[in-house]
Amino acid sequence: MTDEYIIEVDNLTKKFGSFVANDNLTFKVRKGEILGFLGANGAGKTTAMKILCGISAPTSGKVLVAGYDAVKYPEKIKQSIGYMSQKFSLYEDLTVYENFRLYGGIYGLKRKVIRERTEELLNKLGMYEHRNKIIASLPLGWKQKLAFSVAVLHQPKVVFLDEPTGGVDPITRRQFWEMIYQTSEEGRTVFVTTHYMDEAEYCDNVSIMVDGKIEAFGKPEDLKKEYKAENMNDVFIKLARHTQSQP
Amino acid sequence: MLAIDVKGLTKSYGSIEALKSVSFSVEEGEIFGLIGPDGAGKTSLMRILTTLLYPTKGSASVFGFDVVHDYKEIRKICGYMPGKFSLYQDLTVEENLDFYASVFNTTIKENYFLIKDIYSQIEPFKKRLAGKLSGGMKQKLALSCALIHKPKILFLDEPTTGVDAVSRKEFWDMLMKLKAQGITIVVSTPYMDEVKMCDRVVLMMKGNILDIDKPTTIEGKYQHKLFSVVSDNLYMLIKDIRKCNIAISVFPFGDNVHVSVKEEDGIAEKLMSLLKEKKHNNISIKQITPCIEDCFMDLMSEYHD
Repeated sequence: MTDEYIIEVDNLTKKFGSFVANDNLTFKVRKGEILGFLGANGAGKTTAMKILCGISAPTSGKVLVAGYDAVKYPEKIKQSIGYMSQKFSLYEDLTVYENFRLYGGIYGLKRKVIRERTEELLNKLGMYEHRNKIIASLPLGWKQKLAFSVAVLHQPKVVFLDEPTGGVDPITRRQFWEMIYQTSEEGRTVFVTTHYMDEAEYCDNVSIMVDGKIEAFGKPEDLKKEYKAENMNDVFIKLARHTQSQP
Repeated sequence: MLAIDVKGLTKSYGSIEALKSVSFSVEEGEIFGLIGPDGAGKTSLMRILTTLLYPTKGSASVFGFDVVHDYKEIRKICGYMPGKFSLYQDLTVEENLDFYASVFNTTIKENYFLIKDIYSQIEPFKKRLAGKLSGGMKQKLALSCALIHKPKILFLDEPTTGVDAVSRKEFWDMLMKLKAQGITIVVSTPYMDEVKMCDRVVLMMKGNILDIDKPTTIEGKYQHKLFSVVSDNLYMLIKDIRKCNIAISVFPFGDNVHVSVKEEDGIAEKLMSLLKEKKHNNISIKQITPCIEDCFMDLMSEYHD
Protein backbone atom coordinates (compact mmCIF):
# COMPACT_ATOMS: atom_id res chain seq x y z
CA MET A 1 0.00 0.00 0.00
CA THR A 2 1.15 3.56 -0.72
CA ASP A 3 1.93 6.18 1.88
CA GLU A 4 -0.57 8.57 0.39
CA TYR A 5 -3.10 9.46 3.07
CA ILE A 6 -6.74 10.10 2.23
CA ILE A 7 -7.90 10.79 5.77
CA GLU A 8 -5.77 12.67 8.32
CA VAL A 9 -7.27 13.38 11.71
CA ASP A 10 -5.27 15.34 14.27
CA ASN A 11 -6.55 15.94 17.83
CA LEU A 12 -10.19 15.94 16.77
CA THR A 13 -12.52 16.86 19.63
CA LYS A 14 -16.29 17.26 19.43
CA LYS A 15 -18.36 18.47 22.37
CA PHE A 16 -22.10 18.74 22.81
CA GLY A 17 -22.39 21.13 25.76
CA SER A 18 -20.29 19.55 28.47
CA PHE A 19 -20.46 16.09 26.89
CA VAL A 20 -17.30 15.08 25.03
CA ALA A 21 -18.40 12.80 22.20
CA ASN A 22 -15.00 12.66 20.48
CA ASP A 23 -11.99 13.10 22.73
CA ASN A 24 -8.75 13.98 20.97
CA LEU A 25 -8.87 11.53 18.08
CA THR A 26 -5.71 11.21 15.98
CA PHE A 27 -5.35 8.74 13.11
CA LYS A 28 -4.55 8.42 9.42
CA VAL A 29 -6.01 6.26 6.66
CA ARG A 30 -4.12 5.43 3.47
CA LYS A 31 -5.29 5.38 -0.12
CA GLY A 32 -6.94 2.03 -0.82
CA GLU A 33 -7.04 1.05 2.84
CA ILE A 34 -10.01 -0.68 4.46
CA LEU A 35 -10.50 0.81 7.92
CA GLY A 36 -12.88 -0.92 10.33
CA PHE A 37 -14.30 1.70 12.68
CA LEU A 38 -15.57 -0.15 15.73
CA GLY A 39 -16.98 0.78 19.10
CA ALA A 40 -19.83 0.08 21.49
CA ASN A 41 -23.18 1.82 21.00
CA GLY A 42 -22.71 5.42 22.13
CA ALA A 43 -18.89 5.35 21.91
CA GLY A 44 -18.85 8.26 19.44
CA LYS A 45 -18.49 6.52 16.06
CA THR A 46 -21.40 8.27 14.37
CA THR A 47 -20.26 11.70 15.59
CA ALA A 48 -16.76 11.14 14.16
CA MET A 49 -18.14 9.80 10.91
CA LYS A 50 -20.39 12.85 10.45
CA ILE A 51 -17.39 15.13 10.86
CA LEU A 52 -15.34 13.14 8.34
CA CYS A 53 -18.23 13.36 5.87
CA GLY A 54 -18.36 17.15 6.20
CA ILE A 55 -21.85 17.35 7.71
CA SER A 56 -20.78 18.30 11.22
CA ALA A 57 -17.93 20.59 12.32
CA PRO A 58 -15.37 19.59 14.93
CA THR A 59 -15.13 21.66 18.14
CA SER A 60 -11.35 21.63 17.76
CA GLY A 61 -8.62 19.77 15.91
CA LYS A 62 -7.68 19.31 12.29
CA VAL A 63 -9.45 17.00 9.86
CA LEU A 64 -8.35 16.46 6.25
CA VAL A 65 -10.40 14.23 3.95
CA ALA A 66 -9.30 13.75 0.35
CA GLY A 67 -7.02 16.74 0.84
CA TYR A 68 -9.73 19.11 2.05
CA ASP A 69 -10.05 20.69 5.48
CA ALA A 70 -13.34 19.66 7.10
CA VAL A 71 -13.91 23.11 8.64
CA LYS A 72 -13.12 25.22 5.57
CA TYR A 73 -14.25 23.01 2.71
CA PRO A 74 -17.01 20.62 3.84
CA GLU A 75 -18.71 20.90 0.42
CA LYS A 76 -15.53 19.78 -1.34
CA ILE A 77 -15.37 16.79 0.99
CA LYS A 78 -18.96 15.83 0.19
CA GLN A 79 -18.09 15.76 -3.52
CA SER A 80 -15.08 13.51 -2.91
CA ILE A 81 -16.74 10.85 -0.79
CA GLY A 82 -19.41 8.18 -1.14
CA TYR A 83 -21.77 7.23 1.69
CA MET A 84 -24.03 4.30 2.35
CA SER A 85 -25.96 3.37 5.47
CA GLN A 86 -28.02 0.35 6.34
CA LYS A 87 -31.05 2.46 7.21
CA PHE A 88 -31.49 4.55 4.13
CA SER A 89 -29.76 4.30 0.85
CA LEU A 90 -32.03 3.93 -2.17
CA TYR A 91 -35.43 5.34 -3.12
CA GLU A 92 -37.79 2.38 -2.84
CA ASP A 93 -40.33 3.76 -5.32
CA LEU A 94 -37.81 4.44 -8.07
CA THR A 95 -36.34 1.84 -10.40
CA VAL A 96 -32.76 0.63 -10.16
CA TYR A 97 -31.73 2.79 -13.09
CA GLU A 98 -33.61 5.86 -11.81
CA ASN A 99 -31.70 5.65 -8.53
CA PHE A 100 -28.37 5.60 -10.38
CA ARG A 101 -29.48 8.53 -12.55
CA LEU A 102 -30.63 10.52 -9.53
CA TYR A 103 -27.42 10.05 -7.55
CA GLY A 104 -25.27 10.55 -10.63
CA GLY A 105 -27.12 13.81 -11.30
CA ILE A 106 -26.64 15.00 -7.73
CA TYR A 107 -22.90 14.46 -8.09
CA GLY A 108 -22.91 16.36 -11.39
CA LEU A 109 -22.10 13.50 -13.73
CA LYS A 110 -23.03 13.83 -17.39
CA ARG A 111 -25.87 11.62 -18.66
CA LYS A 112 -23.55 9.69 -20.92
CA VAL A 113 -21.14 9.00 -18.05
CA ILE A 114 -24.02 7.91 -15.80
CA ARG A 115 -25.27 5.54 -18.49
CA GLU A 116 -21.85 3.99 -19.09
CA ARG A 117 -20.92 3.55 -15.44
CA THR A 118 -24.35 2.27 -14.44
CA GLU A 119 -24.15 -0.33 -17.19
CA GLU A 120 -20.67 -1.34 -16.04
CA LEU A 121 -21.63 -1.56 -12.33
CA LEU A 122 -24.88 -3.44 -13.01
CA ASN A 123 -23.11 -5.91 -15.29
CA LYS A 124 -20.57 -6.57 -12.56
CA LEU A 125 -23.45 -7.45 -10.22
CA GLY A 126 -25.22 -9.47 -12.89
CA MET A 127 -28.27 -7.23 -12.48
CA TYR A 128 -28.34 -5.35 -15.76
CA GLU A 129 -31.54 -7.04 -16.91
CA HIS A 130 -33.22 -5.89 -13.70
CA ARG A 131 -32.43 -2.21 -14.25
CA ASN A 132 -36.07 -1.23 -14.76
CA LYS A 133 -37.39 -2.93 -11.64
CA ILE A 134 -38.68 -0.91 -8.70
CA ILE A 135 -36.29 -1.08 -5.73
CA ALA A 136 -39.11 -2.09 -3.34
CA SER A 137 -39.58 -5.33 -5.31
CA LEU A 138 -35.98 -6.52 -4.84
CA PRO A 139 -34.57 -8.77 -2.10
CA LEU A 140 -32.64 -7.02 0.69
CA GLY A 141 -29.31 -8.55 -0.34
CA TRP A 142 -29.63 -7.04 -3.83
CA LYS A 143 -30.56 -3.64 -2.43
CA GLN A 144 -27.46 -3.57 -0.26
CA LYS A 145 -25.21 -4.39 -3.20
CA LEU A 146 -26.96 -1.80 -5.38
CA ALA A 147 -26.68 0.82 -2.63
CA PHE A 148 -22.94 0.20 -2.52
CA SER A 149 -22.65 0.58 -6.30
CA VAL A 150 -24.58 3.84 -6.15
CA ALA A 151 -22.22 5.08 -3.42
CA VAL A 152 -19.18 4.58 -5.70
CA LEU A 153 -20.86 5.74 -8.93
CA HIS A 154 -19.05 9.10 -8.91
CA GLN A 155 -15.74 7.31 -8.22
CA PRO A 156 -15.06 8.90 -4.82
CA LYS A 157 -11.65 8.68 -3.19
CA VAL A 158 -13.18 7.34 -0.03
CA VAL A 159 -16.46 5.56 0.67
CA PHE A 160 -18.11 5.50 4.11
CA LEU A 161 -20.21 2.44 4.94
CA ASP A 162 -22.31 2.62 8.11
CA GLU A 163 -23.28 -0.92 9.21
CA PRO A 164 -23.78 -2.00 5.60
CA THR A 165 -24.33 -5.68 6.41
CA GLY A 166 -26.91 -5.44 9.22
CA GLY A 167 -29.68 -8.02 8.86
CA VAL A 168 -28.46 -9.55 5.60
CA ASP A 169 -27.90 -13.29 5.23
CA PRO A 170 -24.42 -14.76 5.76
CA ILE A 171 -23.74 -15.42 2.08
CA THR A 172 -24.73 -11.90 0.98
CA ARG A 173 -22.66 -10.51 3.84
CA ARG A 174 -19.58 -12.22 2.41
CA GLN A 175 -20.36 -11.22 -1.16
CA PHE A 176 -20.63 -7.67 0.10
CA TRP A 177 -17.14 -7.88 1.56
CA GLU A 178 -15.80 -9.06 -1.77
CA MET A 179 -17.19 -5.86 -3.26
CA ILE A 180 -15.34 -3.93 -0.56
CA TYR A 181 -12.08 -5.74 -1.41
CA GLN A 182 -12.59 -4.96 -5.09
CA THR A 183 -13.14 -1.28 -4.36
CA SER A 184 -10.02 -1.19 -2.24
CA GLU A 185 -8.03 -2.80 -5.06
CA GLU A 186 -9.20 0.00 -7.36
CA GLY A 187 -7.44 2.37 -4.95
CA ARG A 188 -10.48 3.64 -3.08
CA THR A 189 -10.35 3.97 0.69
CA VAL A 190 -13.15 2.19 2.56
CA PHE A 191 -14.26 3.39 6.00
CA VAL A 192 -16.68 0.86 7.47
CA THR A 193 -18.55 0.30 10.75
CA THR A 194 -19.95 -3.08 11.78
CA HIS A 195 -21.14 -5.09 14.77
CA TYR A 196 -20.00 -8.35 13.17
CA MET A 197 -16.59 -8.97 14.68
CA ASP A 198 -15.55 -11.52 12.05
CA GLU A 199 -15.78 -8.63 9.57
CA ALA A 200 -13.25 -6.68 11.62
CA GLU A 201 -10.73 -9.34 10.59
CA TYR A 202 -11.19 -8.43 6.91
CA CYS A 203 -9.96 -4.86 7.48
CA ASP A 204 -6.38 -3.60 6.90
CA ASN A 205 -6.62 -1.53 10.08
CA VAL A 206 -9.15 -1.43 12.88
CA SER A 207 -9.98 1.44 15.23
CA ILE A 208 -11.81 0.66 18.46
CA MET A 209 -13.52 3.59 20.20
CA VAL A 210 -14.41 3.49 23.88
CA ASP A 211 -16.17 6.43 25.57
CA GLY A 212 -15.18 8.96 22.90
CA LYS A 213 -11.52 7.92 22.68
CA ILE A 214 -9.68 5.64 20.29
CA GLU A 215 -8.47 2.92 22.66
CA ALA A 216 -6.87 0.72 20.04
CA PHE A 217 -5.76 1.18 16.45
CA GLY A 218 -3.86 -1.22 14.24
CA LYS A 219 -3.86 -4.35 12.11
CA PRO A 220 -6.20 -7.08 13.36
CA GLU A 221 -3.32 -9.56 13.78
CA ASP A 222 -1.31 -7.04 15.82
CA LEU A 223 -4.28 -6.19 18.05
CA LYS A 224 -4.94 -9.89 18.66
CA LYS A 225 -1.31 -10.33 19.75
CA GLU A 226 -1.33 -7.21 21.90
CA TYR A 227 -4.51 -8.21 23.76
CA LYS A 228 -3.64 -11.92 23.81
CA ALA A 229 -6.95 -12.66 22.12
CA GLU A 230 -7.92 -15.42 19.74
CA ASN A 231 -10.14 -13.25 17.60
CA MET A 232 -11.36 -9.67 17.22
CA ASN A 233 -14.49 -10.40 19.25
CA ASP A 234 -12.29 -11.11 22.29
CA VAL A 235 -10.24 -7.96 21.65
CA PHE A 236 -13.44 -5.92 21.47
CA ILE A 237 -14.93 -7.41 24.62
CA LYS A 238 -11.71 -6.86 26.57
CA LEU A 239 -11.63 -3.19 25.58
CA ALA A 240 -15.29 -2.26 25.75
CA ARG A 241 -16.35 -4.29 28.79
CA HIS A 242 -15.94 -1.59 31.42
CA THR A 243 -17.95 1.09 29.73
CA GLN A 244 -21.51 -0.13 30.00
CA SER A 245 -22.44 1.77 33.16
CA GLN A 246 -23.72 4.94 31.51
CA PRO A 247 -27.48 5.39 31.06
CA MET B 1 -47.13 -29.92 27.77
CA LEU B 2 -45.77 -28.27 24.63
CA ALA B 3 -45.15 -24.57 24.98
CA ILE B 4 -45.75 -24.03 21.27
CA ASP B 5 -47.23 -26.26 18.61
CA VAL B 6 -47.29 -25.00 15.02
CA LYS B 7 -48.77 -27.00 12.16
CA GLY B 8 -48.67 -26.04 8.49
CA LEU B 9 -48.62 -22.35 9.25
CA THR B 10 -48.77 -20.03 6.25
CA LYS B 11 -48.90 -16.25 6.19
CA SER B 12 -49.46 -14.32 3.00
CA TYR B 13 -49.43 -10.59 2.39
CA GLY B 14 -51.13 -10.27 -0.99
CA SER B 15 -49.03 -12.35 -3.37
CA ILE B 16 -46.06 -12.55 -0.99
CA GLU B 17 -45.83 -15.65 1.17
CA ALA B 18 -43.92 -14.65 4.30
CA LEU B 19 -44.34 -18.10 5.88
CA LYS B 20 -44.65 -21.21 3.75
CA SER B 21 -46.45 -23.97 5.65
CA VAL B 22 -44.09 -24.24 8.61
CA SER B 23 -44.46 -26.80 11.39
CA PHE B 24 -42.52 -27.18 14.63
CA SER B 25 -42.95 -27.41 18.38
CA VAL B 26 -41.25 -25.87 21.40
CA GLU B 27 -40.85 -27.63 24.75
CA GLU B 28 -41.63 -25.88 28.01
CA GLY B 29 -38.53 -24.23 29.54
CA GLU B 30 -36.50 -24.14 26.32
CA ILE B 31 -34.66 -21.24 24.78
CA PHE B 32 -35.82 -21.61 21.22
CA GLY B 33 -34.09 -19.54 18.51
CA LEU B 34 -35.60 -18.30 15.26
CA ILE B 35 -32.53 -17.81 13.11
CA GLY B 36 -32.43 -16.09 9.74
CA PRO B 37 -31.80 -12.88 7.82
CA ASP B 38 -34.33 -10.09 7.20
CA GLY B 39 -37.26 -11.46 5.21
CA ALA B 40 -36.97 -14.98 6.65
CA GLY B 41 -40.42 -14.72 8.26
CA LYS B 42 -39.27 -14.46 11.89
CA THR B 43 -41.40 -11.44 12.79
CA SER B 44 -44.53 -12.75 11.06
CA LEU B 45 -44.19 -15.99 12.98
CA MET B 46 -43.72 -14.17 16.27
CA ARG B 47 -46.67 -11.86 15.67
CA ILE B 48 -48.94 -14.82 14.92
CA LEU B 49 -47.81 -16.59 18.09
CA THR B 50 -48.40 -13.45 20.18
CA THR B 51 -51.92 -13.17 18.62
CA LEU B 52 -51.18 -9.89 16.86
CA LEU B 53 -51.63 -11.33 13.37
CA TYR B 54 -53.98 -13.96 11.95
CA PRO B 55 -52.44 -16.88 10.12
CA THR B 56 -53.56 -17.31 6.50
CA LYS B 57 -53.58 -21.11 6.79
CA GLY B 58 -52.63 -23.73 9.34
CA SER B 59 -52.81 -23.69 13.12
CA ALA B 60 -50.71 -22.64 16.09
CA SER B 61 -51.15 -22.96 19.83
CA VAL B 62 -49.32 -21.59 22.86
CA PHE B 63 -49.55 -23.73 26.01
CA GLY B 64 -52.56 -25.44 24.47
CA PHE B 65 -54.37 -22.22 23.62
CA ASP B 66 -55.25 -21.60 19.99
CA VAL B 67 -53.80 -18.34 18.62
CA VAL B 68 -57.09 -17.39 16.93
CA HIS B 69 -59.79 -18.56 19.35
CA ASP B 70 -58.05 -18.29 22.71
CA TYR B 71 -56.11 -15.10 22.08
CA LYS B 72 -57.18 -13.59 25.41
CA GLU B 73 -55.68 -16.51 27.34
CA ILE B 74 -52.41 -16.31 25.40
CA ARG B 75 -52.07 -12.60 26.05
CA LYS B 76 -52.22 -13.28 29.80
CA ILE B 77 -49.32 -15.72 29.74
CA CYS B 78 -46.96 -14.24 27.16
CA GLY B 79 -44.50 -11.39 27.33
CA TYR B 80 -43.48 -9.75 24.06
CA MET B 81 -40.60 -7.47 23.19
CA PRO B 82 -40.99 -6.23 19.61
CA GLY B 83 -38.00 -5.44 17.42
CA LYS B 84 -38.82 -1.74 17.43
CA PHE B 85 -38.79 0.06 20.80
CA SER B 86 -42.49 0.36 21.59
CA LEU B 87 -42.74 1.76 25.10
CA TYR B 88 -44.13 5.20 25.87
CA GLN B 89 -41.29 7.63 25.18
CA ASP B 90 -43.04 10.45 27.06
CA LEU B 91 -43.50 8.44 30.26
CA THR B 92 -40.68 7.89 32.72
CA VAL B 93 -38.95 4.57 33.25
CA GLU B 94 -40.98 3.89 36.37
CA GLU B 95 -44.29 5.06 34.83
CA ASN B 96 -43.85 2.66 31.92
CA LEU B 97 -43.21 -0.28 34.20
CA ASP B 98 -46.05 0.69 36.51
CA PHE B 99 -48.42 1.00 33.55
CA TYR B 100 -47.61 -2.46 32.20
CA ALA B 101 -47.97 -3.97 35.67
CA SER B 102 -51.39 -2.37 36.16
CA VAL B 103 -52.65 -3.49 32.73
CA PHE B 104 -52.07 -7.06 33.91
CA ASN B 105 -53.61 -6.45 37.33
CA THR B 106 -50.36 -6.76 39.17
CA THR B 107 -47.83 -4.46 40.82
CA ILE B 108 -44.10 -3.86 40.42
CA LYS B 109 -43.65 -5.04 43.99
CA GLU B 110 -45.36 -8.38 43.46
CA ASN B 111 -43.05 -9.54 40.67
CA TYR B 112 -40.00 -7.49 41.48
CA PHE B 113 -37.96 -10.64 42.16
CA LEU B 114 -38.23 -11.59 38.49
CA ILE B 115 -36.90 -8.32 37.07
CA LYS B 116 -34.57 -7.36 39.91
CA ASP B 117 -31.29 -8.21 38.12
CA ILE B 118 -32.31 -6.30 35.01
CA TYR B 119 -34.35 -3.44 36.44
CA SER B 120 -31.89 -2.59 39.22
CA GLN B 121 -29.45 -1.47 36.49
CA ILE B 122 -31.85 1.22 35.27
CA GLU B 123 -33.55 1.97 38.58
CA PRO B 124 -31.17 4.87 39.35
CA PHE B 125 -32.73 6.57 36.29
CA LYS B 126 -36.36 5.72 37.03
CA LYS B 127 -37.47 9.36 36.84
CA ARG B 128 -36.00 9.76 33.36
CA LEU B 129 -38.26 9.75 30.28
CA ALA B 130 -38.00 6.47 28.38
CA GLY B 131 -37.29 8.39 25.16
CA LYS B 132 -34.14 9.86 26.73
CA LEU B 133 -32.50 6.51 27.51
CA SER B 134 -29.58 5.01 25.59
CA GLY B 135 -30.17 1.94 23.42
CA GLY B 136 -28.92 -0.50 26.03
CA MET B 137 -31.09 0.99 28.76
CA LYS B 138 -34.20 1.04 26.56
CA GLN B 139 -33.65 -2.62 25.91
CA LYS B 140 -33.44 -3.38 29.64
CA LEU B 141 -36.63 -1.40 30.31
CA ALA B 142 -38.47 -3.16 27.48
CA LEU B 143 -37.44 -6.53 28.86
CA SER B 144 -38.54 -5.53 32.37
CA CYS B 145 -41.97 -4.45 31.02
CA ALA B 146 -42.33 -7.72 29.11
CA LEU B 147 -41.65 -9.64 32.32
CA ILE B 148 -43.62 -7.67 34.90
CA HIS B 149 -46.74 -9.89 34.71
CA LYS B 150 -44.63 -13.02 35.22
CA PRO B 151 -45.28 -14.59 31.82
CA LYS B 152 -44.86 -18.32 31.19
CA ILE B 153 -43.37 -17.60 27.80
CA LEU B 154 -41.33 -14.70 26.48
CA PHE B 155 -41.14 -13.64 22.83
CA LEU B 156 -38.14 -11.48 21.91
CA ASP B 157 -37.98 -10.17 18.36
CA GLU B 158 -34.35 -9.43 17.41
CA PRO B 159 -33.40 -7.98 20.80
CA THR B 160 -29.71 -7.75 19.83
CA THR B 161 -29.89 -6.31 16.31
CA GLY B 162 -27.66 -3.25 16.00
CA VAL B 163 -26.35 -3.88 19.50
CA ASP B 164 -22.59 -4.08 20.07
CA ALA B 165 -20.78 -7.31 20.95
CA VAL B 166 -20.41 -6.50 24.66
CA SER B 167 -24.08 -5.60 25.21
CA ARG B 168 -25.13 -8.66 23.24
CA LYS B 169 -23.17 -10.88 25.61
CA GLU B 170 -24.76 -9.17 28.63
CA PHE B 171 -28.22 -9.61 27.17
CA TRP B 172 -27.70 -13.34 26.73
CA ASP B 173 -26.48 -13.61 30.32
CA MET B 174 -29.83 -12.12 31.37
CA LEU B 175 -31.76 -14.61 29.22
CA MET B 176 -29.90 -17.53 30.82
CA LYS B 177 -31.03 -16.33 34.25
CA LEU B 178 -34.65 -16.10 33.08
CA LYS B 179 -34.45 -19.60 31.66
CA ALA B 180 -33.29 -20.79 35.09
CA GLN B 181 -36.55 -19.35 36.49
CA GLY B 182 -38.45 -21.73 34.19
CA ILE B 183 -39.61 -19.20 31.60
CA THR B 184 -39.82 -20.50 28.04
CA ILE B 185 -38.05 -18.11 25.68
CA VAL B 186 -38.53 -17.69 21.93
CA VAL B 187 -35.91 -15.35 20.53
CA SER B 188 -35.10 -14.33 16.97
CA THR B 189 -31.71 -13.17 15.74
CA PRO B 190 -29.72 -12.64 12.55
CA TYR B 191 -26.46 -13.31 14.45
CA MET B 192 -25.21 -16.85 13.90
CA ASP B 193 -22.94 -16.75 16.95
CA GLU B 194 -26.00 -16.54 19.21
CA VAL B 195 -27.27 -19.89 17.96
CA LYS B 196 -25.10 -21.86 20.38
CA MET B 197 -26.83 -20.13 23.31
CA CYS B 198 -30.18 -21.68 22.32
CA ASP B 199 -31.37 -25.17 23.31
CA ARG B 200 -32.88 -25.68 19.89
CA VAL B 201 -33.16 -23.49 16.83
CA VAL B 202 -35.12 -23.25 13.63
CA LEU B 203 -33.06 -22.01 10.69
CA MET B 204 -35.25 -19.92 8.38
CA MET B 205 -34.88 -18.37 4.94
CA LYS B 206 -37.59 -16.68 2.86
CA GLY B 207 -40.48 -18.22 4.78
CA ASN B 208 -39.01 -21.74 4.65
CA ILE B 209 -37.60 -23.86 7.42
CA LEU B 210 -34.13 -25.16 6.55
CA ASP B 211 -33.72 -27.26 9.69
CA ILE B 212 -34.92 -27.53 13.29
CA ASP B 213 -32.69 -29.11 15.91
CA LYS B 214 -30.11 -28.67 18.64
CA PRO B 215 -27.24 -26.52 17.33
CA THR B 216 -24.70 -29.32 17.80
CA THR B 217 -26.96 -31.80 15.99
CA ILE B 218 -27.29 -29.44 13.02
CA GLU B 219 -23.51 -29.09 12.90
CA GLY B 220 -23.19 -32.88 12.91
CA LYS B 221 -25.37 -33.20 9.83
CA TYR B 222 -22.99 -31.20 7.62
CA GLN B 223 -22.44 -33.17 4.41
CA HIS B 224 -19.04 -32.05 3.15
CA LYS B 225 -15.42 -31.98 4.23
CA LEU B 226 -14.44 -28.54 5.47
CA PHE B 227 -11.00 -26.91 5.46
CA SER B 228 -9.71 -23.73 7.00
CA VAL B 229 -7.16 -22.12 4.68
CA VAL B 230 -4.82 -19.24 5.43
CA SER B 231 -2.23 -17.34 3.40
CA ASP B 232 -0.78 -13.83 3.33
CA ASN B 233 -3.43 -12.40 1.02
CA LEU B 234 -6.99 -13.33 1.93
CA TYR B 235 -8.68 -11.77 -1.09
CA MET B 236 -6.31 -13.37 -3.62
CA LEU B 237 -6.66 -16.64 -1.71
CA ILE B 238 -10.44 -16.63 -2.18
CA LYS B 239 -10.11 -15.85 -5.88
CA ASP B 240 -7.40 -18.47 -6.48
CA ILE B 241 -9.21 -21.27 -4.65
CA ARG B 242 -12.33 -20.54 -6.70
CA LYS B 243 -10.26 -20.76 -9.90
CA CYS B 244 -9.05 -24.24 -8.85
CA ASN B 245 -12.60 -25.56 -9.32
CA ILE B 246 -12.33 -28.15 -6.59
CA ALA B 247 -14.50 -26.49 -3.97
CA ILE B 248 -18.26 -26.56 -3.40
CA SER B 249 -18.01 -23.24 -1.62
CA VAL B 250 -15.31 -20.74 -0.66
CA PHE B 251 -16.15 -18.18 2.03
CA PRO B 252 -14.07 -15.77 4.10
CA PHE B 253 -14.42 -16.49 7.80
CA GLY B 254 -12.66 -13.92 9.94
CA ASP B 255 -8.92 -14.30 9.39
CA ASN B 256 -9.19 -17.51 7.35
CA VAL B 257 -11.13 -18.99 4.42
CA HIS B 258 -13.54 -21.92 4.76
CA VAL B 259 -13.42 -24.25 1.81
CA SER B 260 -15.95 -27.07 1.53
CA VAL B 261 -15.23 -30.02 -0.76
CA LYS B 262 -16.78 -33.37 -1.57
CA GLU B 263 -15.47 -36.35 0.39
CA GLU B 264 -12.31 -37.17 -1.46
CA ASP B 265 -8.81 -38.14 -0.33
CA GLY B 266 -5.76 -36.02 -1.00
CA ILE B 267 -7.68 -32.81 -1.56
CA ALA B 268 -5.62 -30.84 0.98
CA GLU B 269 -2.36 -31.80 -0.76
CA LYS B 270 -3.84 -30.91 -4.14
CA LEU B 271 -4.96 -27.51 -2.84
CA MET B 272 -1.57 -26.88 -1.24
CA SER B 273 0.34 -27.45 -4.47
CA LEU B 274 -2.11 -25.31 -6.44
CA LEU B 275 -1.72 -22.42 -4.00
CA LYS B 276 2.07 -22.70 -4.06
CA GLU B 277 1.90 -22.52 -7.84
CA LYS B 278 -0.06 -19.27 -7.46
CA LYS B 279 2.75 -17.91 -5.27
CA HIS B 280 0.90 -17.72 -1.95
CA ASN B 281 3.08 -17.45 1.16
CA ASN B 282 2.60 -18.89 4.67
CA ILE B 283 -0.09 -21.28 3.50
CA SER B 284 -1.84 -23.39 6.09
CA ILE B 285 -4.61 -25.88 5.36
CA LYS B 286 -6.35 -27.84 8.07
CA GLN B 287 -9.56 -29.81 8.25
CA ILE B 288 -12.09 -28.35 10.71
CA THR B 289 -15.51 -29.20 12.08
CA PRO B 290 -18.21 -26.91 10.69
CA CYS B 291 -19.88 -24.23 12.80
CA ILE B 292 -23.54 -23.29 12.54
CA GLU B 293 -22.82 -20.52 10.04
CA ASP B 294 -21.18 -23.03 7.67
CA CYS B 295 -24.30 -25.17 7.99
CA PHE B 296 -26.67 -22.27 7.44
CA MET B 297 -24.86 -21.17 4.30
CA ASP B 298 -24.86 -24.71 2.95
CA LEU B 299 -28.57 -25.18 3.66
CA MET B 300 -29.60 -21.78 2.31
CA SER B 301 -27.68 -22.01 -0.96
CA GLU B 302 -30.73 -23.22 -2.89
CA TYR B 303 -32.77 -20.22 -1.70
CA HIS B 304 -30.10 -17.61 -2.36
CA ASP B 305 -30.57 -15.00 -5.09
